[in-house]
Amino acid sequence: MLEAPLVIEYPFNRTTGPVIGAFLTGLREQRVLGIRGVDGRVVCPPVEYDPQTSEPLTEMVEVGAEGTVTSWSRVTTPRDGQPLGGAHTLALIRLDGADTSMLHVVDGEVVTGDRVRIRWADEREGLITDIAAFEPVEGGV
Amino acid sequence: MPPADNDRQVTPFPAGLWEQPQPVVPAAVAEVAEPVQRIRVPASMLYRYTPGAAPSRFLRGLRDKRILGEKDPVNGDVYVPPRGMSPVVGLPTTEQVELPDRGTLAAFCIVHIGFGVNAPPTPFVSALVLIDGAAVSVYGTLLDIPIEEVRIGMRVQAVWAPDEELTTSFENIRYWKPLDEPDVAPELLKGHM
Repeated sequence: MLEAPLVIEYPFNRTTGPVIGAFLTGLREQRVLGIRGVDGRVVCPPVEYDPQTSEPLTEMVEVGAEGTVTSWSRVTTPRDGQPLGGAHTLALIRLDGADTSMLHVVDGEVVTGDRVRIRWADEREGLITDIAAFEPVEGGV
Repeated sequence: MPPADNDRQVTPFPAGLWEQPQPVVPAAVAEVAEPVQRIRVPASMLYRYTPGAAPSRFLRGLRDKRILGEKDPVNGDVYVPPRGMSPVVGLPTTEQVELPDRGTLAAFCIVHIGFGVNAPPTPFVSALVLIDGAAVSVYGTLLDIPIEEVRIGMRVQAVWAPDEELTTSFENIRYWKPLDEPDVAPELLKGHM
């Protein structure tokens, strides 16, 4: 019986809108932006509308390049397309100055409460992968 | 030259239908040149495709430039590509029938927005070809003819890949080209499109 690989691929090309566009532009500049919600909390990555009231949000603020792991999952057998090309940790990270967590990859083993720092990609093009990974901060609490 | 597919103009919403306030962005980001407005985020899924017994027989025939259909045991209809059974009577097809690499254009459309790695330059003609002796038509591309001259009922001939590039693939038939024979009356194609 014959067998062959079959790839189904969709070449999506999306408009970002002004909020996500500013977030991605910031990443290209090695800066992370969040957005201030109606209750004053900073949401990062930013959203266009308030998570509680649905009102449009407009005040974008810069947050830190270090943060705290709030949840994590170790990936020991990565699949094609996953980051870092080997075992890694997927984690929710609350960046300093933000009140919500973002999902990204940590290059190393961490647990909840550990401190991590952004490792920027050498070539950045305005994508979430401009953050190459987070790295554990040695001795950080 | 028309704009590439990825860069075609986006029609704006009518005024007042939908509006979003412009965010206030920190100067360090707001003042950079060429802010991000679009991103490419391709999604792909990798399958391992097993065509099954009858299509495997068909694909092995194509490696030798032979088109092998399979015959309905009751009414004699020949299906190509074969799926191993007759969709009309529900019985297995058991007899292979070799078909010529000629046929009749049963239906077509003119493609203006091409996609995929093997798509010819647009506009091109996407065709359904009823191979001589078959009950159903096969998909293909019709080239070597001005698109305004394409018509249902015209006779066509397969153009095969060079011998050294033949594989167990339907892409061995690179495309179809016009055959210098009288057209077939479209009424005769009824039920075979």
